[in-house]
Amino acid sequence: MLIQDNDSGFIHPNSSEITSQSLYLQRRQWLRLAAAGGMAATGSAVWAQGKAVEGLAQMTSVKSTVAGAMTMEPLTPYTDARSYNNYYEFGLEKEDPARNAPSLKTRPWTVKVEGLVNKPRTFGIEELLKLSPMEERIYRLRCVEGWSMVIPWIGYSLSKLLAQVEPQGSAKYVEFVTLADDKQMPGLKSRVLDWPYTEGLRLDEAMHPLALLAFGMYGNELPKQNGAPLRLVVPWKYGFKSAKSIVTIRLTEKEPGTAWNKAARNEYGFYSNVNPGVPHPRWSQETERRIGEGGLFAKRHKTLLFNGYEAQVGALYAGMDLKKNF
Amino acid sequence: MSSSAAKAAIRTALHLLCWLPAAWLFYLAATDGLGANPAEALLRSLGDWALRFLCVALAVTPLRQWLHWPQLAAYRRMLGLYTFFYATLHWLAYVVFDMGLDWAGIVADLPKRPFILVGTLAWLVLLVLAVTSLPALVRRLGGRRWQKLHRAVYAVAILGVLHFWWMRAGKNHFGDVWVYGSILAALLMARVAWAVQRRRLRAAVR
Repeated sequence: MLIQDNDSGFIHPNSSEITSQSLYLQRRQWLRLAAAGGMAATGSAVWAQGKAVEGLAQMTSVKSTVAGAMTMEPLTPYTDARSYNNYYEFGLEKEDPARNAPSLKTRPWTVKVEGLVNKPRTFGIEELLKLSPMEERIYRLRCVEGWSMVIPWIGYSLSKLLAQVEPQGSAKYVEFVTLADDKQMPGLKSRVLDWPYTEGLRLDEAMHPLALLAFGMYGNELPKQNGAPLRLVVPWKYGFKSAKSIVTIRLTEKEPGTAWNKAARNEYGFYSNVNPGVPHPRWSQETERRIGEGGLFAKRHKTLLFNGYEAQVGALYAGMDLKKNF
Repeated sequence: MSSSAAKAAIRTALHLLCWLPAAWLFYLAATDGLGANPAEALLRSLGDWALRFLCVALAVTPLRQWLHWPQLAAYRRMLGLYTFFYATLHWLAYVVFDMGLDWAGIVADLPKRPFILVGTLAWLVLLVLAVTSLPALVRRLGGRRWQKLHRAVYAVAILGVLHFWWMRAGKNHFGDVWVYGSILAALLMARVAWAVQRRRLRAAVR
């Protein structure tokens, strides 16, 4: 256990204060009954805005018990989280993905897991949805462009999937490859990046319980513009590290090239940990704007090292020069 | 209608037209119509409008020549001042909405984000040009010196495009940078072509 103070991003309850899962599930059951009985269920008010979204299936989940998985900050409005997106396969402007992503076909969908593993396999999306219990996690998402959101994701730790394929001892990195189909993705014409979009993590980062394989958000399956049917969410790194609409996961011995690193090596490092001390030529990174928070005059927030998850992930980078390995 | 009344009417219509983008953005800001990141939307639109006005102001002289329409010259200074107006709103949006009037942060920002330094330089040059457009100062400087000084607007065009390009660099998202860049480059090239032509003519006369 790491020793941590209350200033390291957010306050963690003592384990004695955490509601036990059985009690939690009972409460959910009660809420469901209450809602069915027409009572105003305050506990589910959070999701009210996420409910009954056209064409999106609702997802049930349990509250995650992973340390650091539940930040207590106010959620970004669902409408902002699904209308303000960077997903260049669907266009360069923030509003383009919501407009263009409906052309994405998310069924059938398979994910190939290959490379330095004992049991390489291709998983169907239905299989992946059942692989491990769905957890709800409220993460800060920090974009390299200097804005952030607070999003309730639904999914499970990536490590659960990696355990299925048994990584070999020589595997040191994990590469993620996003779908690149120009029939479904009009943005591929732009040649902005070297498609398909690829990203990567060191194996120990990928195995960290906070690294999330997400299938849903705000109580529903993922909207297409947010990376349906499954995406990665690595909360202590800038948003672009978290590949969307993943089709291949490959374990390698050498550091994989990543799409943004190839496009501008000096600006988007392999690690891309959120770090207020490493400025970017266009975003100073010391502060961030929280989307959906009070409009034009809202004050910017101070950016925290590792996006506030230092207590959980700081040890992964012990002894590393984070300015060099940015 | 007398010609001076027509001129005044055109002037008024032009003023209204030039105010339209600002009014529209103000309306959007007041009605929560700027999207999920209103500060960014406002900042970018104002930057776009500053560039558009710069293109229009710099197009006056070439258009006047090609269309043989000398009256156009009367609106050049006005369009230049609207360029300054939108550039100032753009700069204020950065200072107020992007940086929250954190002056120490702004000063620290300049070396960290060189494209902001370049944009600030462009705005400072425009400021000098705007101030020296006060009638009293125009008279004091004298036509020739005023004109020489105001050639600095070409530097504003170059700095402005560089600012925009740098803002987009590394994201490889250059579509509209190309549009403004080529328009401004064409407008500057037209001037270079005239200068060469004039020099040749003068040499021939001699």
